[in-house]
Amino acid sequence: MNMAEPPSPTVPIKMAVQDLNFYYGKFLALKSINLDIPERCVTAFIGPSGCGKSTLLRAFNRMFELYPEQRAEGSILLDGENLLTSKQDVALIRARIGMVFQKPTPFPMSIFDNIAFGVKLFENLPRVELEERVEWALRKAALWDEVKDKLPQNGASLSGGQQQRLCIARCIAIKPELLLLDEPCSALDPISTGRIEELIAELKKDYTVIIVTHNMQQAARVSDYTAYMYLGELMEFGETEQMFLKPRRRETEDYITGRFG
Amino acid sequence: MKPGTHSEATSKAARFAHRKRFNRLAIALSMAAMLFGMFWLAWILWETVYIGISSLSVSMLTESTPPAGDELGAGGLANAMMGSFLMVALATFVGAPIGILSGIYLAEYNPQGKLASTVRFINDLLLSAPSIIIGLFVYAVIVMRFREFSGWAGAAALALIVIPIVIRTTENMLALIPASLREAAYALGTPKWKVITRITLVAARAGVLTGILLAVARISGETAPLLFTALNNQFWKASLSGPLANLPVTILQFAMSPYENWQQLAWGGVFLITLAVLGLNILARMLSREKL
Repeated sequence: MNMAEPPSPTVPIKMAVQDLNFYYGKFLALKSINLDIPERCVTAFIGPSGCGKSTLLRAFNRMFELYPEQRAEGSILLDGENLLTSKQDVALIRARIGMVFQKPTPFPMSIFDNIAFGVKLFENLPRVELEERVEWALRKAALWDEVKDKLPQNGASLSGGQQQRLCIARCIAIKPELLLLDEPCSALDPISTGRIEELIAELKKDYTVIIVTHNMQQAARVSDYTAYMYLGELMEFGETEQMFLKPRRRETEDYITGRFG
Repeated sequence: MKPGTHSEATSKAARFAHRKRFNRLAIALSMAAMLFGMFWLAWILWETVYIGISSLSVSMLTESTPPAGDELGAGGLANAMMGSFLMVALATFVGAPIGILSGIYLAEYNPQGKLASTVRFINDLLLSAPSIIIGLFVYAVIVMRFREFSGWAGAAALALIVIPIVIRTTENMLALIPASLREAAYALGTPKWKVITRITLVAARAGVLTGILLAVARISGETAPLLFTALNNQFWKASLSGPLANLPVTILQFAMSPYENWQQLAWGGVFLITLAVLGLNILARMLSREKL
């Protein structure tokens, strides 16, 4: 019983999740998830803590493989290619799927190198082009004006909100196709949160964005599609507007309106 | 909720007064414990400085150890300092990389694995092994085989002390790096060796360096492992072959002797080692306080 339906046939699908089961050891954390992520849209995952939102996100870039007791079954198709069984090196898959975490994670190096690090992993650019790419990524992440005079400084010297935008810039710099944002604003103040939300709206012109959030208003503000998850199941998936105005399920309505969760 | 009655307020005040008394008592006890520890440390430092400084002289730094019963102030500790320096340096250059690499294995590669937990257990044993046992071990496997005491054997014994210390601190410091930093690096598609060398090891470098410095401080005062390995030497020598003079064994030998000139030099040596260890510890503290 899955109330998830494909959004609308006119929107191209970037990623398709089919019958995905996820295990932490013997514990089944995701139960037969089926979900189509539309291209160049923002999809929000909402649901109470422990419902599997982050787990699902971390299955998309095979981050779970770092931990031997975690495993995924089923398929995750990115442009039709199953990532879980792909012969491609996992590093190359991850390079196509950027990820930003709850807490900012600047690398222990200069602001410039924080961005250049990822670029240099996959491309051998001449210095000038590398500098252009760093500037481009920082401009995209709306951080350039604040850091252009202190690129050699350590990334950790920035404020929390700036660090988070630095992490987004680092992701964008390697030109991924999909951006995974795992509660990117939960450690930030309202002003930085506003900046990042504006940025997300800007980014969906070029990228497919998936955001996990605990903040209903944020999901309503930034996303085009919303998935409501509960206890490892996808309860409802659809256009954000319809989901927030007229959810199909009672449980979804209870969660969104704050009567539960 | 109803406002508290008068009697409730008095009992609250009484409990508060009791808590304050208890707090004062706890502070007094911990201050006393702290002063007790500080007192001995201060005394040791005072004695070392007071007696050590009076035996300091230029010749102590430039001349080699004098014969027993020579006149006061003649000769110095130059050969012992040189020998100590050579062995400590070699032990650190050999021991620190082995320790760092093992620490990396324990923290970054399969930290829950069978091999890792075995290595960790044996490392803990080695960490708490009395240093005289390490000295005897090196005596048995190196000195006995080559039929000669040597600086090489001394350095080997000291390296065996450095390795477990560096393994432990490196593993602990890497384990402190938040998983999210590691995941962020992997999420970009970074290969594992690059995540370790460019991200986690760099983020933990202050702690790792502190561990090395503390290991150096520890081995520069170790006497027991050198007794059966480097032994001692009266003469200036800048090579590790053959018996090699060193500060700890020289101090032991001179302090136990009945000759006044030797005893005076022993105090000078004690002062030098204390100064060096103090300096290394201060440097280690400064490094560990420095953020990234």
